[in-house]
Amino acid sequence: MDMNYTPEEQAFRDDVRAWLAAELPNPLAAKVKGGKRLHREDYLTWHALLRSRGWLAQHWPVEQGGAGWTPIEKHLFEEECVAAGAPRVIPFGLNMLGPVLIAFGSDTHKAHYLPRILSDEDWWAQGYSEPGAGSDLASLRTSAVRDGDHYIVNGQKTWTTLGHFANKLFCLCRTDPNAAKPQEGISFLLIDMDSPGVEVRPIITLDGEHEVNEVWLTDVRVPADNLVGEENKGWTYAKYLLTYERTGIAGVGYSKNALGHLKRVAAAQSHNGAPLSQDPLFAARMAKLEIDLLAMEMFNLRVVAAAGEGKAPGPESSLLKIKGTQVRQETTHLLRRALGPYAMPFLPEQFDEGWNGEPVGPDDAGPIATQYFNMRKVSIYGGSNEIQRNIVSKHMLGL
Amino acid sequence: MDFTLSEERRMLLETTDRYIRDRYPIETRQANVQREEGFNRDTWKELADLGLVGALLPPEAGGFGGAGEDLAVVFEALARGAVVEPFLASGVLGAWPLARAGGHTSVLEQVIAGEALIAFAHGEPQGRYGPSYVAATAASNGEGGWSWTINGRKTVVLNGDTADWLIVSARVSGHTDEEEGLSLFLVPAGMAERRGYDSVEGGRAAEVILSDVRLPAENLLGESGAAYPLIEETLARGALALSAEALGLMEVCKDMTLEYLKTRKQFGRPLGAFQALQHRMVDMALEIEQARSSVMLAAGRLEGERIERERTVSAAKHLAGRVGRLVAEEAIQLHGGVAMTWEYALAHFAKRLVMIDHLLGDEDHHLQRFMAFSRMQEASS
Repeated sequence: MDMNYTPEEQAFRDDVRAWLAAELPNPLAAKVKGGKRLHREDYLTWHALLRSRGWLAQHWPVEQGGAGWTPIEKHLFEEECVAAGAPRVIPFGLNMLGPVLIAFGSDTHKAHYLPRILSDEDWWAQGYSEPGAGSDLASLRTSAVRDGDHYIVNGQKTWTTLGHFANKLFCLCRTDPNAAKPQEGISFLLIDMDSPGVEVRPIITLDGEHEVNEVWLTDVRVPADNLVGEENKGWTYAKYLLTYERTGIAGVGYSKNALGHLKRVAAAQSHNGAPLSQDPLFAARMAKLEIDLLAMEMFNLRVVAAAGEGKAPGPESSLLKIKGTQVRQETTHLLRRALGPYAMPFLPEQFDEGWNGEPVGPDDAGPIATQYFNMRKVSIYGGSNEIQRNIVSKHMLGL
Repeated sequence: MDFTLSEERRMLLETTDRYIRDRYPIETRQANVQREEGFNRDTWKELADLGLVGALLPPEAGGFGGAGEDLAVVFEALARGAVVEPFLASGVLGAWPLARAGGHTSVLEQVIAGEALIAFAHGEPQGRYGPSYVAATAASNGEGGWSWTINGRKTVVLNGDTADWLIVSARVSGHTDEEEGLSLFLVPAGMAERRGYDSVEGGRAAEVILSDVRLPAENLLGESGAAYPLIEETLARGALALSAEALGLMEVCKDMTLEYLKTRKQFGRPLGAFQALQHRMVDMALEIEQARSSVMLAAGRLEGERIERERTVSAAKHLAGRVGRLVAEEAIQLHGGVAMTWEYALAHFAKRLVMIDHLLGDEDHHLQRFMAFSRMQEASS
């Protein structure tokens, strides 16, 4: 057993760190660290920087223009980016559709779509969930009916993250309503969001923000060539995509960063005449969280190292998803609690870049309560934690 | 980054596993617990002959291991049999101060061979888990050719009733709770008054009274008044060993509960078909992975720098307590009534798992230590 990074891995980390220090624009990092709203252009700026270094497509092989990283390198990169205040990479084209096309797409699809993903010419959105199909995704009802060279698509997708920025939608549709099992009649279609009959409607979430949308599809004509792989085999591709969605799922880098933020906030608040960080009850809450995070970091590295040896991440990634989201949510809970009464003021205008008003309470108090509410999503999305428990129960425990 | 075991440790694990499987069924364990000494001298000798005590000590002390990972491998594997032989008392807490202080090589050789037993007489009636709490005194007087006179009372000394030797901590100066002024002595156990008793989960311990125990100069271990670092190191090794043992016990509890859920039927279905129980099993499995991760981290840091060692060992022992209780209680609850019986093996694994939290610092004690050492680490960075 050796718990240290190899010299090559340390050199990689240093390289990433130095590059971030030189290239990541300070105003962008300040926006991310200050919890400001990010706009389409912010993400595109970050993508362009990564593209110039060849680091944009982290899960793609080198021959397709990807970074060709090992799992450990991906892990190190994520940690460094979070620590530096980099925005996230928009995953829908790069980390989700890209790997599916590389594995299952036709040569025509690969030649057409992969370069457009890499160049940000296309912004993809994910058309999976429906109002009637959440955790039970396979019960989806959006239909695609073949009509000559086209499919006619009708239905409604929901929770479409940043769909208001997207021009393309990869979409699970039911092509065989009479299949023996619900999973067997699903196809994976690529839809141009400029097509007539596509309508995007915002969903305002409990924190008052617009991040997710509904997408209504009414008699949308989709060329039959836009079918990925085989008709009625879409569930296989959908599941394959989800394994990529689960990489980095523990969010160790994010949580380490958030814990540091929590310690600073708690040190600046006073309680009974002393810093809150020295209050025995609060300090114990933080220490328990820190121990959970310390153990999870090792757990994550064990899974990452196993993936590096070629073992596919199996149900362990479901365990990491549960623990990772528990830790993230506990961090935002303690941040909210740390602020005391200053968690109350709601001034959403301060999340806009260039806002010059006077904050109420500590400078960094603004987004903390809303982020707590926003973070309730992490145990629901990407397969709710209850679904993850079902997976572990079946595939790891044999129940 | 490499989390696989070395060839030597894999063999150590296989040796231990095989012994437990073939020679140490639960009936043997229960029979050994019933013996007057609380364990079986023949079994102990066999295990020592397999090298399992030597694996806990470094080559310079006559062993062939002694690294954090050796402790973790051996104690996790022994836990699969809920072994009651005195590995912790003699092989870790007793042998380590002697190994580190040097000298007394024949005693150490006998300990490694399973021929002599040595116990760590450190905790005191008012000391709870405080690592530096020592009221026992050592006076240097030179009376009648003796160099030291020891007086004091030690409590819950593991295997103290049957030990041939005691490692006794005593104060040569300072206040009761001070780190300065502590010394360690090698005491022939017959010189102390001992009252042995069973512990609640199997195993033995003793109250030890030292009244004017006179010792020659060579029985002082290391430098007088400067023993605290060695005491702390010994306690850290013990806490790691216990955390690894807890991990092994958790795995047994999990495996037995899983097996039971798959076979026991109620309402016409196996219990494992009920989602309410499935999800509780998953939470157990998840927390056990967390505990395992913390043990691996602490094992890797055991021989490193003090603050990081103490911080990670305390994290592991904290989780051993927190997760240990969860697993023990859930295993009993998911089994139902059968786990309430003395006859059913699970109860004994679960009991040991719970009682580990009462040895060398509980969940809260180690949370506080983790906090203290984290503060030190932040202050020094």
